[in-house]
Amino acid sequence: MTLKTLTKPWEAMSYGFLDGSAKREMRRKMLKSVAVPGCQMPYASREVPMARGWGTGGLQVSLTLVNPETRVKVIDQGADDSVNAASIRRFIARVAGTPTTMDTLKADLIQSRHRIPEEVLSEDQILVLQVPNPEPLRPVQPNMSIARQMHADADYGRMWLQLYEQIVRSGRVMQGASYPSLVNGRHVMTPSPIPRWDVPKLHMAKHLTILSAGREKRIYAVPPFTRVEPLVFSDVPYKVEDHAKLTCHRSGATGFFMNEIPQDDGSSTHEVSDSEWGVKAIRVRDGEKVALGETWYKDGEMPQ
Amino acid sequence: MTLTLDAPRIFQTKPLLSVDNVSKSYGAVHALRDVSAIAYPGEVLGIVGESGSGKSTLLRMMNLEEIPDKGRYTLDLPDVSGNLFDLDRFARRMLCATRIGIVYQNPHLGLLMKHSSSGNVAERLLVAGERSFATLRAKATTALEASEFPLERLDAPPIELSGGMQQRVQLAKAIALEPALLLLDEPTTGLDVSVQALVLDTLKRLQQDRQITMVIVSHDLGVIRTLADRVMVMRRGEVVEAGLADQIFQDPQHAYTQQLVHAKL
Ligand SMILES: Nc1ncnc2c1ncn2[C@@H]1O[C@H](COP(=O)(O)OP(=O)(O)OP(=O)(O)O)[C@@H](O)[C@H]1O
Ligand SMILES: [Mg+2]
Repeated sequence: MTLKTLTKPWEAMSYGFLDGSAKREMRRKMLKSVAVPGCQMPYASREVPMARGWGTGGLQVSLTLVNPETRVKVIDQGADDSVNAASIRRFIARVAGTPTTMDTLKADLIQSRHRIPEEVLSEDQILVLQVPNPEPLRPVQPNMSIARQMHADADYGRMWLQLYEQIVRSGRVMQGASYPSLVNGRHVMTPSPIPRWDVPKLHMAKHLTILSAGREKRIYAVPPFTRVEPLVFSDVPYKVEDHAKLTCHRSGATGFFMNEIPQDDGSSTHEVSDSEWGVKAIRVRDGEKVALGETWYKDGEMPQ
Repeated sequence: MTLTLDAPRIFQTKPLLSVDNVSKSYGAVHALRDVSAIAYPGEVLGIVGESGSGKSTLLRMMNLEEIPDKGRYTLDLPDVSGNLFDLDRFARRMLCATRIGIVYQNPHLGLLMKHSSSGNVAERLLVAGERSFATLRAKATTALEASEFPLERLDAPPIELSGGMQQRVQLAKAIALEPALLLLDEPTTGLDVSVQALVLDTLKRLQQDRQITMVIVSHDLGVIRTLADRVMVMRRGEVVEAGLADQIFQDPQHAYTQQLVHAKL
């Protein structure tokens, strides 16, 4: 027996880029975060060949979860073809040998920045959201150790006060993206900067959502079939963005979250933000046979 | 005909608040040494004493902000039992928010200076679980009105208000949840005499209307004389004399109290 037969052949890097101990750390903290929905778990965030703030938290989760059969979809602000999304997708495929897709229905794992796809996710899909600022209490309590104690005590009075103040000053709740939401009736989380439009999609969803902040080294999760309730006063209803009546100028789709495209004459047109949903709509219009998934919103309304 | 006499009321009712043998040192400083205090329901307990005698420290303990080295503290309220110093942080916070109101000498300690005044009052209600905006607003307005705060300044931040108005916001916040116990730490110090009189008036009226048990700390005997039913005189962390207000003011026993009373007169 020689040493050579006992050791593994030389490889340029571990499978999926992260080494065994990094993945074990990720797995442990993911399990913890699933066990206590919405509670931020600190984790040892590793270096990946990407700058902090560009989705390193989400990437570490994805790299830990994939195997050679996991079909990966990556979106950035709803688009599969933006530079950031394309680079992350290519990186995961290269270091883990995973197949990739743009179709929400075919994906096993979806890493996303700022959006949740318009088609309903299923039990066997995982959504990984990249999070820049995981702490919902930061605007009301800059001291992070006090903030952690407030979470432990479920002391969210200041959070509510902030909403009260917004209504008093502006007549409405000004919070747009990252709308603070109560998970499982216990922890308030920031659902990453997804628009208000997307928050109701997390409530009692069939899929697992993992939210990870690489720079801030915090991970938290919304397990399947978990309550996610935006903080709202009982007499001031939660409002999503006013996009229900907008029509996409390319695909003709109506009733979905839109990107506004300013025109030279000062007016603006709109385009479906979930780019793959737009592509599907165009292909259907052109007479192709395309599998369309069920959407969360129907005619611009989220069924209760 | 047989006439049955009831025992005087004071022997029938149990004190709402009782603090027994509380001691606290900060390093070499003995801020409190075996201090005991009681207050009956609806009564005003006044605490006087020179600067550094431990008045504020005692009040902070009554508000459960600080835990003494030894001692007991009980409140005779439904659902409240045992030594309150033994409560965990969560239970303590809930008890303070719902049953005890406090007005600090320094408004910066009690108020969020850049939030609206109504918001400062609403925070209390939010902590207690109120989730209707209309109710929050209505109750905050009612509390501010009861503390005679000018309602046209409802949404002005305290930082833009005068000292007297700031104290009224603190007071409104303290009474918003109709607490059983109201703690006041030098509520009128730093206000000019006419404003001071107005704030005292408000306190007196509140006390009469709502029958709240109050503990008021002041180094000003005049303030204590106006409001208190029972007086406690403190010096160097110890109680030197305690009794009914009239008794203390008419017939002070301890040399230090005599000095205080005579200096005032
Ligand atoms: N957090 C603390 N750390 C150290 N010493 C303290 C602390 N709090 C109070 N003390 C000391 O305890 C003593 C009593 O202070 P306290 O503030 O209770 O006095 P007071 O009677 O309210 O005085 P004043 O009339 O000036 O407000 C003082 O000697 C003070 O220096
Ligand atoms: Mg003091």
